[in-house]
Amino acid sequence: MTPLLSVRDIRKTYGSHVGCTDVAFDLYPGEVMGIVGESGSGKTTLLNCLAGQLTPDQGQVVFGTREAGPRDTLQMSEPERRMLRRTDWAFVHQHARDGLRMNVSAGGNVGERLMAVGARHYGDIRDSAADWLGRVEISEARIDDRPTTFSGGMQQRLQIARNLVTNPRLVFMDEPTGGLDVSVQARLLDLLRGLVRDMGLSAIIVTHDLAVVRLLADRLMVMKDGHVIETGLTDQVLDDPQEPYTQLLVSSVLQV
Amino acid sequence: MSDYNFAYLDEQTKRMIRRAILKGLAIPGYQVPFASREMPMPYGWGTGGVQVSAATLTPDDTLKVIDQGADDTTNAVSIRKFFERTADVATTSKTAEATVIQTRHRIPEEVLSEDQILVYQVPIPEPLRFLEPRETETRKMHALEEYGLMHVKLYEDIARHGHIATSYAYPVEVQGRYVMDPSPIPKFDNPKMEMAAIQLFGAGREQRIYALPPYTKVVSLDFDDHPFEASKAPHACALCGAEDSYLDEVITDDQGGRMFVCSDTDYCESRRAAGHVGKDAA
Amino acid sequence: MITVENLSKSFTLHNQGSAVIDVMRGANLSVAAGECVALTGQSGAGKSTLMRMIYGNYFASSGSIRIGDLDLVGAEPRQILALRRDTLGYVSQFLRVVPRVATLEVVAEPLLAVGQDREAARARAEELLRRLNIPQTLWSLSPTTFSGGEQQRVNIARGFAYDYPAMLLDEPTASLDPVNREVVLSLIKEAKARGAAIIGIFHDAEARSEVCDREIDLSGFGVGAAA
Repeated sequence: MTPLLSVRDIRKTYGSHVGCTDVAFDLYPGEVMGIVGESGSGKTTLLNCLAGQLTPDQGQVVFGTREAGPRDTLQMSEPERRMLRRTDWAFVHQHARDGLRMNVSAGGNVGERLMAVGARHYGDIRDSAADWLGRVEISEARIDDRPTTFSGGMQQRLQIARNLVTNPRLVFMDEPTGGLDVSVQARLLDLLRGLVRDMGLSAIIVTHDLAVVRLLADRLMVMKDGHVIETGLTDQVLDDPQEPYTQLLVSSVLQV
Repeated sequence: MSDYNFAYLDEQTKRMIRRAILKGLAIPGYQVPFASREMPMPYGWGTGGVQVSAATLTPDDTLKVIDQGADDTTNAVSIRKFFERTADVATTSKTAEATVIQTRHRIPEEVLSEDQILVYQVPIPEPLRFLEPRETETRKMHALEEYGLMHVKLYEDIARHGHIATSYAYPVEVQGRYVMDPSPIPKFDNPKMEMAAIQLFGAGREQRIYALPPYTKVVSLDFDDHPFEASKAPHACALCGAEDSYLDEVITDDQGGRMFVCSDTDYCESRRAAGHVGKDAA
Repeated sequence: MITVENLSKSFTLHNQGSAVIDVMRGANLSVAAGECVALTGQSGAGKSTLMRMIYGNYFASSGSIRIGDLDLVGAEPRQILALRRDTLGYVSQFLRVVPRVATLEVVAEPLLAVGQDREAARARAEELLRRLNIPQTLWSLSPTTFSGGEQQRVNIARGFAYDYPAMLLDEPTASLDPVNREVVLSLIKEAKARGAAIIGIFHDAEARSEVCDREIDLSGFGVGAAA
């Protein structure tokens, strides 16, 4: 089996400050990897470097493209990279408003990626949008409403539908449940888990919430001060952490 | 003759604008930035079109200016007077006699020829602006031909109104490449944009010039199941009886009386002079 | 099927003065297909720790744990995940599921994970829930709201839904009523009969003698006195 994403030697600095450094891993098809660490540990910087939102100072991000096999996305031309971003990749932002067009209806938001890759049949686009709203548990009756009229949880689910409509293979998520109520979080997590399994998605999830990764991630990467300090199977890292910082992180979580 | 340089602008400025025009013609539909000058009229009154006309006019030209098809509205009259005074060129209201036609919001009904130039006044040149406010992003979208957003706009139209309700400034794809705002002409005029004359678009406030060389392919965007339609009011002109021209609705009294007449005044007058009569013609 | 050789485990508590706690040294055991082996030893002998190491949940300090062709010590996360999906089942005392997922789905999930079709998976899940006397009215509800005993039975149904070649059972009959206890014991016997290699912890001595072929006392591998 070849990895879907091969990351080597990623380094990003902001002046003399290290954003992240010496990051390397392979992500295989269908795998969900969590990146945890406290604020400022470099996890979001790393995610942005992987997803092409930031250019790292050095390193490789090799993605197994459908047409041409493994390609270093950092060496791709910008049109290729942007094409990847709206077809095989998806990015779920922490704040839904960063990932949605707030002045466009729910249906238009979901349909945009389809139209961006050439869909030109209104009826078909609308059917896909309605189907996807159903899959993220938004009533079809809301298809013509703008996201401004949606609750936070609904906006987040709409953002997910908008991202998954083109059947991407790799999803980047930045604190996907951040800022949501606990009950809303549970619903979203359950939904994401189902989608990940049914679509065979690979995903990289950045979060500081260990409960989120326990439910969603197969494996974990723990970051501190820009360095990866521990990796492994999610339950192994959480139940039998080896590094001092990871032990501190795990033991700091309040038990419910 | 006045103390102005020919056609008001100095020669350096005209040269700069001509360069922008030539670049625009070379890349049909591409918005060329230019250093728009302060003109002796407010923005929104056609400062872009006036600068393009000024850079295009020669002493031998005959100028026609229309505003929504009419030669006799304030805007048209003042711009025509402006060039009579600063360029001393001949002016006309006859479409066929003009070599340069500056227009706001219409394309003349009469078919234009290869020795004519049509200059449009453009308020907002960026067709993607409605959905993407960032200029850096829209430029990138043009550069990379990412026009999915344009269809999102049309999708929203259908979702809200059951059909594509955009009836003017209807976006077009030029020569299979750039998506362009045709200025606020009615979509009835869109098919006419594949024409023999040169078409130049000037946006003064936004500092952009773009152009269509003769016979450029211009396709109005649409969906397979909601095709583009060049619609107009379903009437004949009340004055000249024309059934193929774009009509204005005119309220005639306080009792709800109204009539539909050609928006292109020259076209209407020529037809009446040739003996065509509409139902309300006195 | 399951072979443990010279396995050692110690915990280093970095945040408590870097105390090192040795819990196991030089453990060896081997379980063949169709065999059920009970782990015994007093509390603290390392029964649960060993089970967790065999499941890949705890990190082994040294030695080897072979299940089928895979040595868990030093295996990649995805290899361990594949092992858990296709080869190694684990029934713990506690149910850990996402809220909101229906009981039937919880039980069918291991079957869906190996790619069985939805209908067959549901049928198998229904059969197990019926055998374990979970009222049908509860099947569409999330087990998070169930009583402790019901949750445990749901967990057992989930553990036995797919025919794993190797299984780990952590107190499968604890706190069950006699009827359901019998059901669980027959499930274990059926698993043995189809050739599963089973390692279990049973405090219930009768149950242990009924289903287990051998007992392994972990006290011999413990280093409790040194802790």
